[in-house]
Amino acid sequence: MDLVSNSRLERVLKSGRFAVTAELDAPDSANPDDVYKNALVLSEVCDAINATDAAGANCHMSSMGCCALLTRAGYEPILQVGCRDRNRIAIQGDLLGAAAMGVNTVLCITGDDVSNGDQPEAKRVFDFDSIQLLQVVRTMRDKGVLLSGRKLSTKPRFFIGAVENPFAPPYDWRPLRLAKKAQAGAEFIQTQYCFDMPRFKQFMQRVCDLGLDKRVYILAGVGPLRSFKGAEFMRDRVPGVWIPDDLMRRMEKTPKNKQTAEGKQICIEIIQQVREIAGVAGVHVMAYRQEEMVADIIQKAGLLPRKINQN
Amino acid sequence: MSISPLKEARRAPGSEWLKNHPRFLEQTYLISKRFIAKTYPWMRKLSPRIANKLMVRSEEVLKGWAFNCQMCGQCVLHSTGMTCPMNCPKNLRNGPCGGVRHNGNCEVVPDMPCVWVQAWERSQHMTVYVNDIQTLQPPVNRSLQGTSSWANMLDGKDMQTPKGWG
Repeated sequence: MDLVSNSRLERVLKSGRFAVTAELDAPDSANPDDVYKNALVLSEVCDAINATDAAGANCHMSSMGCCALLTRAGYEPILQVGCRDRNRIAIQGDLLGAAAMGVNTVLCITGDDVSNGDQPEAKRVFDFDSIQLLQVVRTMRDKGVLLSGRKLSTKPRFFIGAVENPFAPPYDWRPLRLAKKAQAGAEFIQTQYCFDMPRFKQFMQRVCDLGLDKRVYILAGVGPLRSFKGAEFMRDRVPGVWIPDDLMRRMEKTPKNKQTAEGKQICIEIIQQVREIAGVAGVHVMAYRQEEMVADIIQKAGLLPRKINQN
Repeated sequence: MSISPLKEARRAPGSEWLKNHPRFLEQTYLISKRFIAKTYPWMRKLSPRIANKLMVRSEEVLKGWAFNCQMCGQCVLHSTGMTCPMNCPKNLRNGPCGGVRHNGNCEVVPDMPCVWVQAWERSQHMTVYVNDIQTLQPPVNRSLQGTSSWANMLDGKDMQTPKGWG
């Protein structure tokens, strides 16, 4: 195997196994135990844990902070680097710090806009966009230089990821944009929540036609709907999430006390469906504040055990 | 028309109609490029200060009206379907974010069509620069903010990238 990093996710993907990643909700707390409590549940059921970077523009413990704690305890975190809050100087410095702490995997994202978060008065930074960020990370790793051209005495060894949303317009550009991300340095992709299977299949078909499934590993984003109300909220208020009408009706028809179970069942079905789609190399499970449920979903979807030798 | 206070969301009357004719704008771009390449060196020989002022002012007015130009000083309009990417509230230069609404509108300004949805559609109607939207755009040189992109283009300043870029 030709490995570019010490990332466990890279090893899983390159060995041809179906990968599972999950999202850790960064706590509103200065207590490390709040991170460890969530990570413990997830670490048993996934290959790498995403440490979110102020997801939804809501302020939480930073991705760097979570990753520092996680690497210290021997977990395999994915550092999420968003472009919303930091300029190019801060981002490159953080990447070096993360690599020094033992972070092996980074995920380059644009970031939700500040207007959706808890502090909409904040200044937008967006000094880079996610594609420029990808190329900068790759150049740091492969050429050992900062954007300025200044040499690094030790290169950061990262497995580099990006995100894509097949469910947002312009639909016919999305696969080509993925190609741009691959060109800039993306090696794996985590997608937005998959609920609209026909759209996802169409997207993957085009991705495979372009040969992109050979250049990047694609992890389909999945997650449970908590209730019909929760589903409505996600569809209407969470940027970039689309839930088709038939799923909405299915949730609405279910009695209120059984909606959580139904949402979980839908998630398991979606995992089973995406596994069958050509070009899908894994799943990325997102469940806001429901780590316990993530473990259950991954188990019921038949994705356990996830043991792999760590070096 | 948008009522958002964001400067990125401003659209002058008639400018959307104009931008919906990308093939015409593409030709206009090619002609003006040739014209400016001929005249600007002469203007600069006469008076660098006035030549520069004239360029900046005319870009502010003309491109300001047509494209809601934000004067980034490194114009890529012809690569982005003649739709200014600095009109995207996230200033993205390489395509849409994942927050585009189901109706094709912006995540940040709900009643504004996503700049990149428009850019994609318009680029597909262009003939010369139809594939340029796939070009990987380097990070914005923020020190060129407020300068003339025409002048920067002739000086080659708009294409300069940091040493560690790729």
